[in-house]
Amino acid sequence: MAQPTETPKRKTFMGQKTITAALRYILMLLLSLVLFGIILALAGKNPIQATIDIFRSTLGSSYGISEVIVAMVPMVITAVAVAIPSRAGLINVGVEGQLYMGACLATWGALTFTQLPAWALLPLLIALGMLGGAFWAFIPGFLKAIGLVNETITSLLLNLVAVNITAFLIFGFWHGPMDTNKTASFIPAARLPTFFGTRIDLSLVFALALLWLFWYLMKYSRWGLEIRAIGGNPQAARRNGIPLKAYQVTLMSLGGAIAGIAGMSLVSGYYGLLLANFSTGYGYMGFLISWLSFGNPVGILLVSFLVAMITTGGNLLQLTQGVPYAVINILLALSLYIVMARPKFFKEAKQ
Amino acid sequence: MTLLAIFGVISSAIYSGTSLLYATLGEVVGERAGIVNLGLEGILLVSAASGVAVAGMTNNPYLGIMAAMLAGGLMNLMFGYLVITRKANQLASGLSMMFFGFGLSALIGRDFVGVKITALPKLLLPGLSSLPRLYTSLFRFDFLIILVVPMAFLIWWLLFRTRWGLVLRAVGENADIAFASGRNPLWMRYQALFLSGLLAGMGAAHLAIVYTMSWTQYMTGGIGFIAVALVIFSKWHPLRAIAGVLIFSGAVAFQLLLQASGVQVSPFLLNSIPYVLTIIVLIAWGGNRKQSAPASLGRVYQGTE
Repeated sequence: MAQPTETPKRKTFMGQKTITAALRYILMLLLSLVLFGIILALAGKNPIQATIDIFRSTLGSSYGISEVIVAMVPMVITAVAVAIPSRAGLINVGVEGQLYMGACLATWGALTFTQLPAWALLPLLIALGMLGGAFWAFIPGFLKAIGLVNETITSLLLNLVAVNITAFLIFGFWHGPMDTNKTASFIPAARLPTFFGTRIDLSLVFALALLWLFWYLMKYSRWGLEIRAIGGNPQAARRNGIPLKAYQVTLMSLGGAIAGIAGMSLVSGYYGLLLANFSTGYGYMGFLISWLSFGNPVGILLVSFLVAMITTGGNLLQLTQGVPYAVINILLALSLYIVMARPKFFKEAKQ
Repeated sequence: MTLLAIFGVISSAIYSGTSLLYATLGEVVGERAGIVNLGLEGILLVSAASGVAVAGMTNNPYLGIMAAMLAGGLMNLMFGYLVITRKANQLASGLSMMFFGFGLSALIGRDFVGVKITALPKLLLPGLSSLPRLYTSLFRFDFLIILVVPMAFLIWWLLFRTRWGLVLRAVGENADIAFASGRNPLWMRYQALFLSGLLAGMGAAHLAIVYTMSWTQYMTGGIGFIAVALVIFSKWHPLRAIAGVLIFSGAVAFQLLLQASGVQVSPFLLNSIPYVLTIIVLIAWGGNRKQSAPASLGRVYQGTE
């Protein structure tokens, strides 16, 4: 009897909450835009024109939107790579390095198996990318599981090792005939197919599939339940017969494998070659996105889109306002800062 | 290989180790109060850019050093507002401060790319004046280098021999108990972070104003992350941090020596030796590491509400 009367009540409450949350996020974004404008004005630039530029270059045309999606895809994948281990309480700060190792192994495949047709080569490259990333994440996962070293610090350190290994391989062996810091362009069979004449490539499908898989696994599978149990209380989970250590190693490796997909799709799709220092902090960005969206798949998609919009808008800002590209990081960081500071615009938000 | 080359390598290791030691000491202070600052890289960059900007505008390197220190302190207070007052996650906040530092330093340093600034006077270490001129030029150090080891002792004294340091460490171990005994953990953490920022600023000032004497984007090249690793390596102890930095600089020097002697080893592989070494040391210490880490490191102090 109580059930039917209670259900609609909850629904309206949830609806209100969603609207309030959306309003809060819009206000936060506006606040960060205002702060960014103040910083730009202090530096002698025109803040209003800069803001218009950012929006016009991203949402103003179908080309702009396609570029935002191109920038968004690696962020979604790296965010999933962080979110999966984090459900079991594992902190994977090593996505940057796992992405590099995945890219390295995929590049090795692309440069070695040049005789294969695309339908055989691309799956092979994906598998190699996953293998590289998984190996790089297995190390901290294994060290954590046997109780030696915390995974946070090892994965962070391995990032810097991976960047150096990539540079070593490129400068030492793989560089193209004309360059020293990048490989020759991949053969067409090793490139991910693109859609609609834009730079959007097959990795968009990977990203969406991974998001769906992540959501499905966590919500409807026995593994998801056990993973959430470990995240809640590892010792209680272990005493209930959940193989804690096996999960820790597997989940870290799985996160690494997903990061490897991001690396593979960057070299095989976006760049079409391997470049030293090609990732501009995608791994760290993935960590932030995953954290800001509380590991929620829809949240990951929305936050990634927003972050990608800001970074893509920065490209134009560099041209029109004559500021270094890195300056867009200010707007990005201000938005992150404000979201993390959780300002209370409404009283309801407190409850 | 000549003696001169070896001395040259040692000299450059000292120069590169100095900024690292300042940054590591800063991170030790912060982590002893229970706060991990992953944004150190960005904070160093902002300090370096502001230092170069002020030194370039005023032609006074001392003002530049002070500006760098102040910038580091202010950046850390901004980080502190997030993790102390707003109780945000420390790792995520640190990373967003890192991105903020990337952007802000590029904006500050934009007009100073390639500007050379006035050098600090360099003093000769006592007892070396009898060496030939070629050698003495390698061992002329500015006051930041000379001060760095005493600074480590000063930080050690502050942390382990004063009441202030005792409270700071208590806050890092268990903020609730520190609160119960009448201290204010939030205020203490702000103080620790400000001091940590000043030290990071000194490191950045040494790098930008003394060593390279110019500003380039992303010039710190991962020093911030190395410092975070070295803090663990030195078990959160300022004096062991000296040893940690010595090992790290030794590896750098070794790599330069190999290059100077013509051994063909990729510099990229050698660059990763320190990180691998740190991981190996961490593995070797294994389980007993827990006793040395501040107990509530990385945990948010929720207050008494």
